[in-house]
This record gives sequence, structure tokens and C-alpha cells, in this order.
Amino acid sequence: MSNTLPIIKFESVDKFYGNFQALKDITISVNAGERMVICGPSGSGKSTLIRCINGLENHNAGKLTVDGIEVFEGSKDIIRLRQEIGMVFQQFNLFPHLTVLENLTIGPIKVRKIPKSEAEIMARKYLERVHIPEQAEKYPAELSGGQQQRVAIARSLCMESKILLFDEPTSALDPEMINEVLDVMVELADTGMTMVCVTHEMGFARKVADTMVFMDEGKIIEVAPPEKFFSNPDSDRCREFLEQILEH
Amino acid sequence: MEASGSMSMKGLPVRRPPAINRFFSSTPVSIVIYLLIVASILYSSFRGAQSMGYNWQWYQIPKYIYSYTDDGFQFGELMFGLWTTITLSFSALILAMLFGLLVALLRLSGLVIGTKVAICFLEFVRNIPLLVLVYLFYYVLGPVFKYDRYTASILCLAVYHSALISEILRAGINAVAQGQWEAAKSIGMSKAQMYRYIILPQSIRFMLPPMTGEVVHMVKSSAIVSVIAVAELTTLGQNIISDTYMAFEIWFTIAVIYMVVIMILSIGASQVERRYTVTN
Repeated sequence: MSNTLPIIKFESVDKFYGNFQALKDITISVNAGERMVICGPSGSGKSTLIRCINGLENHNAGKLTVDGIEVFEGSKDIIRLRQEIGMVFQQFNLFPHLTVLENLTIGPIKVRKIPKSEAEIMARKYLERVHIPEQAEKYPAELSGGQQQRVAIARSLCMESKILLFDEPTSALDPEMINEVLDVMVELADTGMTMVCVTHEMGFARKVADTMVFMDEGKIIEVAPPEKFFSNPDSDRCREFLEQILEH
Repeated sequence: MEASGSMSMKGLPVRRPPAINRFFSSTPVSIVIYLLIVASILYSSFRGAQSMGYNWQWYQIPKYIYSYTDDGFQFGELMFGLWTTITLSFSALILAMLFGLLVALLRLSGLVIGTKVAICFLEFVRNIPLLVLVYLFYYVLGPVFKYDRYTASILCLAVYHSALISEILRAGINAVAQGQWEAAKSIGMSKAQMYRYIILPQSIRFMLPPMTGEVVHMVKSSAIVSVIAVAELTTLGQNIISDTYMAFEIWFTIAVIYMVVIMILSIGASQVERRYTVTN
């Protein structure tokens, strides 16, 4: 499955919040079909990095290209580009005033201009894929956290995007619901979709990642395939971090 | 201290309020006190009028509300005034909402010029007394743009209330969680689509309570256009008084008419609110 065209490409990207530098000279690329897992301590810039990819944050220097289109502040192409990039948030961010089915179909109908009946068929197919077809008519508030996150994943899938971004998708979940979400993500990974995932779930990372990335203080410290990353990372900082989170 | 019986498990004695408090806060006693207060106010105003030698003519009042003639049932002068008040307020309200939405969106647009224009407008309107605004719209802008007093009053009320409404809209829009914007963006929605399908439908819940207050406020402040002699309820009241000198009766009547209309509006508004929270 490894197609070696880079679909996401950071070249010396910097990002500032006022005087605080959140990203420092980031250079990294993700190939089409690649599954990348980014980890690191909180405040290390991993969420900022992933949010730059679909323009939720704008970088201040350097060049970022996604699917051949440059991403920058005020870009006219960003709206079109976002249709190719699905995103799953830590806090789910489902639309509370719409039913599950409407949450899934509003993007395809209003943005992609697909007929409603077709969008609904597709939505039900993806609900099936995340194992909650029976919840279609409910409102998000009636679902458990794990179910809500799976709806959010289905919502991204409904846009039939090329890239899926996950920003700590399991961090806001109760422990017993984490696995149902991770299982869905593993199944997705098997379909060959390009995935960039910020997470601390190392078991999941070991299972699906093609590339592991460790970030600290806004810099990329380590990029390695999982076998090397978990057994013999180059940097001490990364080793320390892994020891801490794998201890339990 | 005899602690055994009255001490609860948490260690604090559960004490009943004193008998005198219980007596005064019971429902029948409250009603009696309430009626006594209302009656004493009515009585003292009546006595005040008597001592002035005021000649009460309540029997004259009904003909200003309705009458039966050979042609059948007819509404009186005050009812025509009320109708004007209602249509005036309603037209001004619709305009104010459209204009308020525009100002709120300008303010939230993130465009430097848009924000500045919106803030200037808000400061201008909020720091001028409504009465002065009425004069401005009628005596200054009226001749310039050649519109009549009825149009002047609608425009003036619309502009004044659009400033207040835009703040309600802005607060409602800001009350929607930031994550909703991000989710809407991430599925590729344009700004207009985000507002239309995601943000505005959710912000209605936050806007409804202050907005119903604003509707009531609009009906009440419409009385001020009587200063430019628009034939609404207050103006017609003044006209009748200058013909008949029945100041007490007419003003009481007008107060009651406003009160009834506004109470009906308030009840309607709370019904709408309740229905909306249920479906949510």
C-alpha cells in the first residue's frame, strides 16, 4: 500500500502564539496511505501541528503543502482542501442540535452537494462501519462518550476525505470506552487511509503506526518506525517519556 | 439545652420558623395583604382626585374603545391607536432584527473596518437619548430624505433597537462553543454555511430570553413617537384629553391597554421559550 508520494509536507514551519513559539522549525512529510502517530508531553505542540494541516491554526513561517496545495493564512483554497481532510477532536464536537444521521449528512449535502437520499445511504453505511447503525435517529447528548466519538469518526468518513486527522481522540473518554473507539480506528487503518494521529495510546500506536513521531517543546525529536521507536529510540528524552507512560 | 428530640443526625437542630413568619407568608394572608395595598393605592388616588374636585366621567370611556351604532359594532379611537402601535412596533422589530444581525455579523467578521463601523454605530446609538434620536430622524433626516412621520418613527425605533438586538445576537453567537466552529470548518463549510447550519440554530436558545424582553421593550418605547404626533395609542390619548379634559380616566385606560397587550406578549413569549427548551 505504500505509495511514496508525500501528501502532507512541512518545510521549516514555525508557529507563534504571541511570544510563545509553539512549533520550531518543523520539517516532516507524510506519504499517501501512511499512518503516523505523534506523541509527546502536553504542551509539546503536537495538537498545534495537526491543527495546522487543515488550517485551524495558521503557521507563521515556513511552507506547508497538503495534497499539492499550499496552506497559508487567508488561502482561498483552504475550504476546498478541508473537504479532503477529516478531523476527529478530543471533545467530539458533534452538532448537538442535529440527530446523528443529520450530523453525518450535513457535510455531504451542504458542502459536497450530494442528494439527500444518497447522503443518507452513505451515512448509514459508515454508521455500520463504526458499529452503531441503531443510533441514527438519536441526538448526540443521548449517546455515551465512546459512541459520540465513533459518530464523529463516521462524520469525517462521510466526507470521503483522503486524510484523517485525530487529535487525542480518546483523551476525553472513560477508560472502558477507549477500546471501542480504538478498535474502529484500527479497522480504519487497515483500509489504507492516510492517518495522522495524536495519541498516548501506545498499544494502538504499536499496532497501526508506520511512523512514530516524538515531539517536545515545539520540536520534532524523534521520527522512527515503531519497532525501533519502542525498543531503541535515539534520543534520551524520548526514552524517558516512553518509560514514564509505559510504566503502568 | 434539650438536644435529644430536635437534634438532627447532622448535628444542627431543625428549627421551624417562628409562628408570626408562618402566619404572614401563608397564601391567604399574602393575598389579603396584596389586595389591601392595591386598594389603598386606588383609594388614595381617588381621594386625591375628589379633593381636587375632579369630575369622574368613566361612562365616557367605552365609546373610545368600541361602540354600537346603526352600522353595527365599531372599534373606538383608542383601538385604532393600539393597532397603529402594534403595526409600528412589529415593522420596527422586523427591521431592527435584520439590521441588528447585520451589525452583529459586521462586528464578528474579524475585518478591522467592519468591527470599527459596527462599534461606532453602537456607541452612537447607545449614547443618545431615544427622544433626541426621534427628533433627529424626523426633523433632520426626514426633510433630507423626504419621508413622513410614520416612516420616521419606524426607522428611528428600528435603529435604536437594532443596537440592542445586535448585542443580544452577538452574545448568543459567542455563547456557542468554539469546538462547533472548528468542527464546521473541518468538514469544509464556508463562513455563511457555518452560521446558517451550525452556529445560528444553536445560538437561538441563548438569544430567546433576552429577545422576548426586547419585543416588550419595543412596544413600550413606541409610545415615545407621540412627540412627533404619529397617531398611535399615546398620541390619540393625548388628543382625546385635549378635547375632553378627562386626563385621569384616559391615562388609566391607556396604561391598562398597554399592560394587557404586554402581558399577552410575555405569556406568548414564555410559551415559545418553553416549547423550544423541550424540543432541545
